[in-house]
Amino acid sequence: MFHTIRSRLILIGLLVVFSVWQLVPRDTTERVRDVTTGLMKDTVVHRVPVNYGLDLQGGIHLALEVDQSKGPVPDPAEAIRRAERVVRIRVNEFGTKEPVVQVVGGNRLIVELPGETDPARAKSIIQRTAFLEFRITDMKNLFRDALPAIDKALREAGVRAAEQTGAAANVAQLFGPDTGKAKAKKPKAKAAAKPAAKDTTDQNAPGALSSLLFQGQIPGEYLVPEEQVPVVDSLLARPAVQRLIPRGIELKWGTDVSSRAARSYRALYALEDRPILTGEELEKATAQRDPLTNQSVVNFSLSRRGGRIFERETGRHVSDYMAIILDGRVQGQPPIIKGQIGQHGQIELGSKPLQEAQDLALVLRAGALPAPLTIVEERTIGPSLGKDSINDGIRAGIVGVALVILIMVGYYRLSGLLAVSALTLYLLFTLAGLAAFGFTLTLPGLAGLVLSVGIAVDANVLIFERIREELQHGKLVRTAVDEGFTHAMSAIVDSNVSTMLTAMILWLVGTGPVQGFAITLIIGIAASMITAVFVVRTFYMIWLDRRPDMVTLSV
Amino acid sequence: MIRLFANAHYDFIRWRRWAYGLTGVIIIPGFALFLVHGLNYSIEFTGGTLIQVHTTTPVGTGKLRAALDAAGIRDAEIQQFGDPTEYVIRARIGTEAESAASSTEATAQAVDSALARGLGHDQYKFVRHEAVGPKVGRELQGKAFLAIFFSFIVTLVYLAFRFEWRFGLAAVLATFHDILTTIAFIRYLNLEVSLVVVGAVLTMVGYSLNDTIIIFDRVRENLRKFRRQNLYDILNLSINETLPRSVLTHGTTMATTLALVLLAGEVLRPFALVMTFAIFTGTFSSVYIAAPILLYIEKRWPGEDARGARTFRPTGAVAVSAPEPPPPPATGGPGARSKAAV
Repeated sequence: MFHTIRSRLILIGLLVVFSVWQLVPRDTTERVRDVTTGLMKDTVVHRVPVNYGLDLQGGIHLALEVDQSKGPVPDPAEAIRRAERVVRIRVNEFGTKEPVVQVVGGNRLIVELPGETDPARAKSIIQRTAFLEFRITDMKNLFRDALPAIDKALREAGVRAAEQTGAAANVAQLFGPDTGKAKAKKPKAKAAAKPAAKDTTDQNAPGALSSLLFQGQIPGEYLVPEEQVPVVDSLLARPAVQRLIPRGIELKWGTDVSSRAARSYRALYALEDRPILTGEELEKATAQRDPLTNQSVVNFSLSRRGGRIFERETGRHVSDYMAIILDGRVQGQPPIIKGQIGQHGQIELGSKPLQEAQDLALVLRAGALPAPLTIVEERTIGPSLGKDSINDGIRAGIVGVALVILIMVGYYRLSGLLAVSALTLYLLFTLAGLAAFGFTLTLPGLAGLVLSVGIAVDANVLIFERIREELQHGKLVRTAVDEGFTHAMSAIVDSNVSTMLTAMILWLVGTGPVQGFAITLIIGIAASMITAVFVVRTFYMIWLDRRPDMVTLSV
Repeated sequence: MIRLFANAHYDFIRWRRWAYGLTGVIIIPGFALFLVHGLNYSIEFTGGTLIQVHTTTPVGTGKLRAALDAAGIRDAEIQQFGDPTEYVIRARIGTEAESAASSTEATAQAVDSALARGLGHDQYKFVRHEAVGPKVGRELQGKAFLAIFFSFIVTLVYLAFRFEWRFGLAAVLATFHDILTTIAFIRYLNLEVSLVVVGAVLTMVGYSLNDTIIIFDRVRENLRKFRRQNLYDILNLSINETLPRSVLTHGTTMATTLALVLLAGEVLRPFALVMTFAIFTGTFSSVYIAAPILLYIEKRWPGEDARGARTFRPTGAVAVSAPEPPPPPATGGPGARSKAAV
């Protein structure tokens, strides 16, 4: 394929360009601590896109604790131990970083992420491992019935409805006639709302809160225009409003944003404040597509105890809607309970894409935490290794590489020089590969890289020894070089392929650090095969091309 | 031109029983010690004590580390924590985590007195200290061993396909031998087993396998070249022929690991020591374990298929070319030395 020097040089050139492009400094978002305010903020930094580990550059430190504000957790120490496992799995899924997940003092969990480039994502991953619960929506429309009173209280407090939303008075029907229970209850709600409106001084004035809410498709679901979400939040936070929210009802935002008529709406749910089940009882959740109906479904199974509770509760709530709440957010639209469910259940998502079902299953699995966690501390931390250790390591690395160069050039002379110049390409390719995989470089990783330089020359040593043997057998320089390469190939291929297979198994079976190690190994082997065999061969071709009459070879 | 060990013809295989004895002397007591005492796992695996310190001036991690080192608290992890006057120290005293509560207090006291001596009493104050759990789940150790086990199986299959099952078995047994000697080595020096050391053991598995296969590749080639030679001689010939390469490659890798041992400081020393030993044992086992085991297996389950081992055939090249066969190896080195080389 690449028989001409020209095509080989082009390929090498492309590889070099690609590698350099991988390592070009670019804008990356970083979480840093604002010196004046002491708060964390995102900044954009221009730097080489190689991640350094916690030991080399530090990162973000998050401390999580069991949240007992919403009711006591029976065994916080046990809860945190279980949370540790879940968080570790989640953080590892995050990529080939080298995070720290550690239990401290029996009630806190430390998560440290090295120089996180996207802290929002990191936090959302940890948040996603938060508290999971199932709750029934406000089937009796208690919240809607209380809205007039809330509006009145707000009016008395001097809050006026925003003008631009005044078009829809009261709880409006946004999507046409409803189906099922919501429809049956609608007239009653309207009736309840009207007398309340009459109490007001200004009869035509829309309710401050109710004008922002639109009835959703199921009981207890309200849609709020996206831009009004903060307004609704601040209204709901008022103590006067808090008092008027019916007993046993809690309001929670949904994750779904739906857009109708060029506006997007966020769902607000009125829910029973008591969960029928928490994530502690959830054991398994898988997404699949129902082969008969071609609908996306999530199958889940509960523990024995959870199955008993769930059976009792769902039996009581047939044809009610059950919200899946993760970390206080309602996930997707609450599904309807079709009948009594025991240990094994199924959530039907209708015609929604399978991806959505997979996301939900992930949330269910990951959310299987025994207790909610809150972030109690967020700080930036310095490198866990002192400057002195890092400098020592770098100095040792330079000396090590220099020794390799010395040995190679001293022993193989000009050929050794070719191998050494190929080594610089090897380092470039390896670093680019690590950057492309988002690999995190740690001090041990650097040591591994130095060691791999020693190992990378092995292929060249094999080739050069073969060339020497061939020359010894009296072959011409050109033939000796050719045969040296071809004869050394079987040893190089077999030894590298088996090491590569070992690395792949390590990557498949191992976790966290072992996987990171395996990736370095795989990239290193690939890079050394390219440079030691292909690049050095090209160098020889150029050399022999310039000096076709060469009788002796400097090897 | 420098040529080391060119055209050597040492009878390596003859010393195999001595080699078995030597390796047995290393492995058996070391492994017995390992079974009795286990390994000295680092704070990453065992957990220890986390101490948050507030200093009056930004002293820097170096000074804190010096203070702890002077008091003999090694392997402590010191991190700046937010402000330059806040530090977190993760430390552990003793070799194994004893009962958590008592050792937390003891470690905190040891760190306290170390800092008092190193910095002065009024220069710092303890914000808090508490027991800290392991950074690495126990499952990592299990997974690492599981991964090695599976990689052995894959290696066996690959070598059975590319060479022949006898070669695969010998290579895997030699690598297994290296794992045992490395564990014994770690136990003798009582090195702390940290993640880095686990990484070194995994590197060793790859390196040792690599080295064995290079020699086996030569064996495979020579088996096809000299069909009448017995395996004993062919093994010796192959080891001798690859000797210059072995010396060179081990020289370069050893140079890097020794540089790390001598210059990289405390943090990387266990890794570098294990790697240095790994290079040694990997080389040793390729010659004295893998080759004799192949000989033994061939005697036990003789088959002419060892001679039919496939050879890698690059496209457009002849796999075996021996236009001028060198004289048989047992009787002497290659006679006709070409003077073409400079």
